[in-house]
Amino acid sequence: MATYQLIVNGESREVEAVPNTPLLWVLRDNLSLTGTKYGCGVAQCGACTVHLDGAPVRSCSTPVSAVGNKKVTTIEGVSSGESLHPVQQAWMDENVPQCGYCQTGQIMAAIALIEKNPTPSDSDIETAMSGNICRCGTYERIRKAIKRASNAAAK
Amino acid sequence: MKTDIYESKIFKVSRRDFLKSTSMSMTGLLLGINLSCSDTSKKLVGNPDYIFSPNLFISLNGNGDVTLIAHRSEMGTGIRTSLPLVMADEMEADWSRVKVVQAVGDEKYGDQNTDGSYSVRMFFTPLRKAGATVRLLLEQAAANEWGVDVADCKANNHEVFHSSGKSLGFGYLAEKAAALPMPAEGSVKLKEPKDFKYITKQSSIVDLRDIVTGRAKFGLDNNHLPNTKIAVIKRNPEPGAGLKSFTSDNAVKVPGVLKVFTLDAPGFPTNFNKPLGGVVVVADNTWAALEGRKALDVTWSKGINADYNSLAYNGGMLNHAKAKGKVRRESGQIDKGLTSAKKIIEADYIVPLLSHTPMETPCALAHVHDNVCEVWAPVQDPQGVRKSLAEALGMDQKAVTVNITLLGGAFGRKSKPDFVVEAALISRTMGTPIKILWTREDDIQHDFYHFPAAQHLKVGIDENNKVTSWLHRSVFPPIGGTSDANSKEASGAELSMGMIDLPYAIENVCCETHESPAKIRIGWLRSVANIHHAFAVGCTLDEVAKARGVDPIQNVLDLLGNDRTIDFNSLTSEFWNYNEKLEDYPWSTARFRNVIETAKEKSNWGKNLPKGSGQGFAAHRSFLTYVACVVEVKVDANNKIRIPKVDYVVDCGVPVNPERIKAQFEGGAAFAASLALKSEITVKNGAVEQSNFHNYQVGRMSDSPYETAVHIIESNEKPTGVGEPPVPPFIPALCNAIYAATGKRIRQLPVRLT
Repeated sequence: MATYQLIVNGESREVEAVPNTPLLWVLRDNLSLTGTKYGCGVAQCGACTVHLDGAPVRSCSTPVSAVGNKKVTTIEGVSSGESLHPVQQAWMDENVPQCGYCQTGQIMAAIALIEKNPTPSDSDIETAMSGNICRCGTYERIRKAIKRASNAAAK
Repeated sequence: MKTDIYESKIFKVSRRDFLKSTSMSMTGLLLGINLSCSDTSKKLVGNPDYIFSPNLFISLNGNGDVTLIAHRSEMGTGIRTSLPLVMADEMEADWSRVKVVQAVGDEKYGDQNTDGSYSVRMFFTPLRKAGATVRLLLEQAAANEWGVDVADCKANNHEVFHSSGKSLGFGYLAEKAAALPMPAEGSVKLKEPKDFKYITKQSSIVDLRDIVTGRAKFGLDNNHLPNTKIAVIKRNPEPGAGLKSFTSDNAVKVPGVLKVFTLDAPGFPTNFNKPLGGVVVVADNTWAALEGRKALDVTWSKGINADYNSLAYNGGMLNHAKAKGKVRRESGQIDKGLTSAKKIIEADYIVPLLSHTPMETPCALAHVHDNVCEVWAPVQDPQGVRKSLAEALGMDQKAVTVNITLLGGAFGRKSKPDFVVEAALISRTMGTPIKILWTREDDIQHDFYHFPAAQHLKVGIDENNKVTSWLHRSVFPPIGGTSDANSKEASGAELSMGMIDLPYAIENVCCETHESPAKIRIGWLRSVANIHHAFAVGCTLDEVAKARGVDPIQNVLDLLGNDRTIDFNSLTSEFWNYNEKLEDYPWSTARFRNVIETAKEKSNWGKNLPKGSGQGFAAHRSFLTYVACVVEVKVDANNKIRIPKVDYVVDCGVPVNPERIKAQFEGGAAFAASLALKSEITVKNGAVEQSNFHNYQVGRMSDSPYETAVHIIESNEKPTGVGEPPVPPFIPALCNAIYAATGKRIRQLPVRLT
């Protein structure tokens, strides 16, 4: 066991974990941040997507020991109180979710895309979202929601 | 057009349970101010602590807050929203004042098994009546208050209005309504469809905000029990087979690992309730449990399916399908018809084993303590889970509480209680709350798989270009074989999903099957046997059209014949109408024709497309819902298949929640594209060869339709389900489109163009 000081959603959090523990399980087990989901454990599905210094990573395949000083942002940290992040709002406006399980990972991937590329093309969206699986098949609405958020940001 | 909507006959909750008067007064703590005195001109609220609970599903407190019970499991269909909307509409409740509470698993709610696309079908009318009864009680309470005739009082948006214009709020009326006797059944009038406010109108799901903010609770998201431990199980790669020996020396050295022990294997056949057994690792946290499991050294026993190789098995099924089998439906003289045919179309179809792979793997939180068992789990069949837990633990069902979380997808997998039973057995051994995690590898290698199937079709066309003979042989291991070694051949219900319910007016029809014993756990996957039957029938019809030199849609309309209802019971004793009587839900070729003709129009069928693109068509009735589908594909030089456009036409009776119907069809198209283009489970020496999404591929954004247009037929027919019906016709429509684009016939899934 080792002690790590993580910066999670803007707060300093001390956690004890063995060094190779995936960040996913530290977030869920140690910090009870359950919005980040387990889907495959091998960086194939994107359900566990969080941001490290704003870049999307698969927390299931990121050892806690590799996080260091990088700022961790989870779905719980992208908006505060009653105001939603524009991407979350677009997700609501387009009624994207069905079961909802993968959607937090999808939203984290979409936020990272829009912050890097505020006006993504269809092809940009497909590339950025190709690592995120949705078994309910909400892909059409995910694309629409990203465009909606992109248009809102452009205004 | 009919103006009334008929009730499902198989609804099992008694009227007494729906309409019993169990109003209770809450005494004790006073929370806040009694607002009833704050506005004497318009009495909106009453005693805030009073709760009026006129039936199991609806309660209204003195503040006017309404609580509606969702008793069906939410796995993405929107049912947790749609059925409460139905109650709110009939009750004239303001939807913004409604809180939806998930019921625990309990027989008092009637059927809770969320499966078979029947939630809306079964509960639409009973829940309308429940809501309308409350509306009438509130109107009567207002009438009594004013000393007027109830006929002059009308509920509207959380208030009751008198014809003079005065009004009283639902909250104010709650306590007064509770004092009234239940109205006679005949006096409860349901709304006219034109007066619906929520039914047939657009609406977002109740969990939307919680989902996008990460607050929604799925199976592993409940952290409220102190001292909860995590368990994973190492299972025999050959499902059901036992354990020879194991050493846990290295596993117990992993920091955080608490205990390693075994659960007995059930053998094979097994049943849906029983865990597969194996070596259990319990730890303080998830990673320790996984690392501990990795450190186990296990030697497995071989079971009776150690020789199961799926490639050879599927080949064997196909050999059977080419030979005369057991007749399950027959009319005319098939041999004579085929012998005298001018042209013969003959084709074989293969569909592989498939895994459900919901994004949330099976999981549960269980706490067995003080002779009770409590679980929080994503389950489709909470009453089945409760019963299975009671049996496994030797407890009375009353001691078992099944709380249903949101389901992170299910598609049939979570109708089996096995994983919840695992958690409870481990909790009993440990004496602590236990969360069980199935890794994706566990999920893909130990599923209840969709059955593999081989089919042979032979169709005869006479000298007048008329289809006169239709021979269909279908061979697949029945779901019953998972639990019963004597169940070796497809059941009538399984064959009524797209085979013996063939609606076409063909003189000589013969449907046959062969035995094919299950060698692995088989379970139902979204749309079940409709998947392989619709694939084979829909693709064969396209070949028939080609052979006749007729447009594929015109071909199907030609075969359909005159508008009529088909009495399948007179054609075969094995016909199954999704648990409904044919007189209640007839097989209407007119409705089928209507969705087909509408699809032709809406899809711009026959439009000019560039080389490498094509349109394909198929139509299918499943789960009593009529669907026609046109798929457009574009195949590039690298044989990458793109789906720019899908047009669906659906007749599901009254479209209760059109927004979610559209969502189910969009998602159904993507789900069907995924299984048709990507997915295949293979088995070698009894063990599944795939393990995660790198080798059990599923559809991603680029594999899915770019645009799915869903055209819903306006109807006042009884509503039927939409969870499963999108899947079956999509697959043949896709394969027919690939043929149109490339000239290549697809007769085996997943699609391989090279």
